[in-house]
Amino acid sequence: MAHQAAGKHGYPAAARVGLWGWINQRLPIDAFLRSQVVEYYAPKNFNIWYFFGSLALLALVMQLVTGIFLTMFYKVGAATSFDSVEFIMREVPYGWLIRYLHSAGASAFFLVVYLHMYRGMLYGSYKAPRELLWLLGMFIYLALVAEGFLGYVLPWGNMSFWAATVIVNLFGTIPGIGPGLVEWIRGDYGIADATLNRFFSLHVVAVPLVLLLLVALHLVALHEVGSNNPDGIEIKEKKDAKGRPLDGIPFHPYYTVKDIVGVCVFLTLLAIVVFFVPTFGDLFLEKANFEPANPLSTPDPISPSWYFTPYYAILRAVPDQRIGALLMLIAVLSFSFLPWLDRSPVKSMRYRGWISKTFLGLFTISFLVLMYLGMRPAQEPYVTMARIFAVPYFASFWLMPFYSRIDAVEPVPERVTFHG
Amino acid sequence: MSEIGAIADHQQPEIDPSRRKFLTVATGATAAVGVVLAAVPFVASWAPSERARALGAPLEVDLSKLQVGQMITPIWRLSPIYIVRRDPGTIDLLPKHDNELRDPKSEHSIQPPYARNEMRARRADVLVLIGICTHLGCLPRQFFDAGDPVLGANWPGGFLCPCHGSRFDLAGRVFNGSPAPTNLSVPPYDFRGQDTLIIGSEDVATKGAA
Repeated sequence: MAHQAAGKHGYPAAARVGLWGWINQRLPIDAFLRSQVVEYYAPKNFNIWYFFGSLALLALVMQLVTGIFLTMFYKVGAATSFDSVEFIMREVPYGWLIRYLHSAGASAFFLVVYLHMYRGMLYGSYKAPRELLWLLGMFIYLALVAEGFLGYVLPWGNMSFWAATVIVNLFGTIPGIGPGLVEWIRGDYGIADATLNRFFSLHVVAVPLVLLLLVALHLVALHEVGSNNPDGIEIKEKKDAKGRPLDGIPFHPYYTVKDIVGVCVFLTLLAIVVFFVPTFGDLFLEKANFEPANPLSTPDPISPSWYFTPYYAILRAVPDQRIGALLMLIAVLSFSFLPWLDRSPVKSMRYRGWISKTFLGLFTISFLVLMYLGMRPAQEPYVTMARIFAVPYFASFWLMPFYSRIDAVEPVPERVTFHG
Repeated sequence: MSEIGAIADHQQPEIDPSRRKFLTVATGATAAVGVVLAAVPFVASWAPSERARALGAPLEVDLSKLQVGQMITPIWRLSPIYIVRRDPGTIDLLPKHDNELRDPKSEHSIQPPYARNEMRARRADVLVLIGICTHLGCLPRQFFDAGDPVLGANWPGGFLCPCHGSRFDLAGRVFNGSPAPTNLSVPPYDFRGQDTLIIGSEDVATKGAA
């Protein structure tokens, strides 16, 4: 029987003997790994931008593991949370390491996710047939935003408290239901023990479950449509006699080994942060969060984590509260619409004209400048600058249907190219 | 047993697609209604608990030691309540900068009906506010001195929010150009005698007014 059961691509099927055979007849581990890893073909021209997907997965696993261990020592509650975090930092053996890995890991997670998203914008990875893949990625990003915010509240430092106050009050700007909704979210007349307790539940159970489900769907969708590449060419269109893409190489061992190199570099950089600059100059952990939550003292200035500051700058730039909150929401969600905003006939920025490249450059600059401005106090000239830089930010998204259509494009090569 | 056997032995009855569709939709709809109803207690569990409600009961504040120009901030329902004893000079100046305010008559702001006036108070000498910025909930700080160096020579005295720079006068009314959409809210309150303030005294009555 074994020699008859050749795989559909001519590879011998796993020997159906012994314990491994017994298992595989009941659970197709071999067949799954073969189809999804060993015979999953990825374009052979991946560059450095293609490290960040697997690194995001690594960051997720790291956050889960460090988070599980932190939960063993953390005591949720307005009276206990702050002290238990200090207990972890000072008295639990290696507690400081686990906590710093988790707090710096959150920033690292956002960094690789932002770079992963930027790669998609650079090479048009959101365009057909990858719209749902991109959209699932956006849902992951939104879940991650929620997870990051909820986790930020848990140490119950003063910045935790005021971040919770400001963010929860954003829901109060929704016409009609706003005030009632805010009270429902808080479970009290202000941010209180009840709020902290439910945020803990959401942070350690609900959102991670959603994240894992979304990541699984993201990977299923990726393996259905296949990876894009820096040239934006569909490698499935040119196949050899055996049906393998000519420009594809098996994910394992080629990209598994390549990704391990990325993992080494990533972990080295993370270790440098964790061991030498765990607060990263107020960016990863803010000074105000090393004092307990105090409802009677607003930290000065109040600013969210660096990964939210571009949106925060937009929120503050608008004199009208409701419009400010709405524009912030649009700024976050704009990425989701890229598959339908982009009308260019080519995917990769390599073969697009100067207009698209200019707008991508404007987006990059405005995002970074807004990120900086969101960290500054709500004073001049920062507020005016945020108003100015919000314009190219939104323009690069919402003018895309026009500029991507009229922009000149270069011919896309038949096969993938290598630019070193 | 025999009945089951009897049915099985017979030929399959003819399939009625419309009956089948009806049963499918009806079963699905019943399940959907069940899911919605089952969600009710879970959603409701997030509302403030009985304990939180009880702790939100009215609060009595003694004003006898509050001097002119001073502020005290007791806590009611987890919010700081700003209580300021305004001096007569401030009271006279309040109506003079109406043109710089977003809502000088408090038409779009939240307050009990007895505070919907230029003083935003039951009594001109005692200002009672919820000390929470109507923008995103930070605590406005006191800048009571007119012409404060931070806020410029035209500053009549009032509050400045450190988070997003909203400015309010000494009646809690918001200045133009601030991100806060409305004046600082006024809680329901009443006086007992000359120097005892009850905060949250007529909660039921003001809910409709707000």
